Amino acid sequence: MIWQQLLNGLTLGSTYALIALGYTMVYGIIQLINFAHGEIYMVGAFVGLFLVVNTGLNIGVALLGAMAFCMVLGMLVEIVAYRPLRGKSSRLSAIISAIGVSIFLSTLMVLIAQTNTRRYPEIINIETYQLGSLQVSSLQIIILVVAALLMVGLQVMVQKTRIGKAMRACSQDLDASYLMGINVNRIISFTFAVGSALAAAGGVMVGIYYNAVWPYMGTMAGLKAFAAAVLGGIGSIPGAMIGGLTLGVLEIMGVAYLSSSYKDAIAFGILILVLIIRPQGIMGQKISKKV
Amino acid sequence: MDALLSQYIDPYYLRILMLIGINIILALGLNLITGVTGQLSMGHAGFMSLGAYTSAILSMQLGCPFFLSLLAGAAMAALFGFFIGIPTLRLEGDYLAMVTIGFAEIIRVFFLNFEPGGKAVGMSGIPQNTTFLLVWTLVIIVVVLNAKLLNSRLGRAFYAIRENEIAAEASGINTTRLKVLAFTAGSFLAGLGGGLYAHYMYFIRPQDFGFMKSIELLNMVVLGGMGSIPGTILGSVILTLLPEMLRVVAEYRLLFYGALLVILMIFRPNGLLGDVRVYDIKKKFARKKVGSWQSSN
Repeated sequence: MIWQQLLNGLTLGSTYALIALGYTMVYGIIQLINFAHGEIYMVGAFVGLFLVVNTGLNIGVALLGAMAFCMVLGMLVEIVAYRPLRGKSSRLSAIISAIGVSIFLSTLMVLIAQTNTRRYPEIINIETYQLGSLQVSSLQIIILVVAALLMVGLQVMVQKTRIGKAMRACSQDLDASYLMGINVNRIISFTFAVGSALAAAGGVMVGIYYNAVWPYMGTMAGLKAFAAAVLGGIGSIPGAMIGGLTLGVLEIMGVAYLSSSYKDAIAFGILILVLIIRPQGIMGQKISKKV
Repeated sequence: MDALLSQYIDPYYLRILMLIGINIILALGLNLITGVTGQLSMGHAGFMSLGAYTSAILSMQLGCPFFLSLLAGAAMAALFGFFIGIPTLRLEGDYLAMVTIGFAEIIRVFFLNFEPGGKAVGMSGIPQNTTFLLVWTLVIIVVVLNAKLLNSRLGRAFYAIRENEIAAEASGINTTRLKVLAFTAGSFLAGLGGGLYAHYMYFIRPQDFGFMKSIELLNMVVLGGMGSIPGTILGSVILTLLPEMLRVVAEYRLLFYGALLVILMIFRPNGLLGDVRVYDIKKKFARKKVGSWQSSN
């Protein structure tokens, strides 16, 4: 029983982690809580659905298509709504701008697709394997494998490539990176693109896993993913992964052993407890304040 | 008074005026926390719902007089603000934002499962005791007290915390105590606004006090201009009127609302009246007089 819950929790948690990565990467570089990120995830789920239903594409191709679409969307949002504000306003104005984008995108999707919940057609043969008392569905395996591949890929990119090095430099000090000849605007665009693609992948997989896609799905998922990013220590990429998985597992455990009507409260309750004990999150580093 | 007003003013406009008044009280509370003291709170609606539910339950189920239940609602919100404030105000910036979002969500889920509050259906049939006169009298009292506070030694200490917490602490300001104080006072106003809202709307549900409501209140503070009383009032007026005016575009309403938020932030990044204080305006005019005297010489 507990192993089954753990598996379900890890599946949910890996999707939280995919969304949380976008929050944490953007935050690491420009200290912006990108409240539009949950909506990007929602758009990703819809684009995937559209591709599968209307063009009959293979689900893998649809996943890539949704990721590509959201890459462009994420970059567009950054250029239109955040770039004009950078450097000349308080961080709060940028947050309000992000909220504006979030309202805009979810309303746009309501206008396009109406508010009713849509379902993915049965595209994958979901088989259930029995491992002792543990029931594993092929869908869970796919989600865990895809999420793991994406996270490993991200980690390799950030740690080993030139552009990853530039991203790390920007997250340490934006001004110094600029002086070292890094095209800061390009790196920020790139960060938004990568984060949005990961969120889109999460959106498509959640859409299939829970068999539900609707225009307001981004709000709560976005809040929880942000909670996961903060839990792990915002700005830290491994932190977002660990935070997402932890939150997913604890939430499923809470629902299973405590109460399902308090589902949404459990995630936030855990977060608050962790932050009160460890204010910088699980993996975050304590930065001493300077005058 | 209200009967008299409704003879001359269309009930629709009267309703908007009432909502503007209630929103001003709510937004001024948040302004104290986020605008003046610089502690980003994104869960103001949670405290509002505490005030709304407490006062509604008191006046409906226990038959308390209206003023007493209104005050009790505000006190309940302040109490929670105080006890939540102590551990959380150790956190900074965005961690605090997350925790306040979390608390508001927990409060919302609590009311969703709260038997005396009617669970998800909410409470209806709350006596409509909130009158036009009461709302606007309270607005005036709150504005005057706020202005007095911000102009005092204490108010300047709040601004100092926002500008630079370490420097404020070095100047002998007990930052933790003052942050908790600002948080408690802001929550009190949220509870007061919540009570007024419940006794005006006649019907409350947990969804009314969700994340979007907190965001709406935050928008009022930021859009008007952080830390400025005239700014917060202007922000509340605009953001209460805006959705009403956008009714002409029907289902595109929220689309325009979202786009306008982005556009306003791009063109007025520090809010419409960023940091305008009555004191500063006076000083500005005083300087102009000096200037004109010099030029006439």
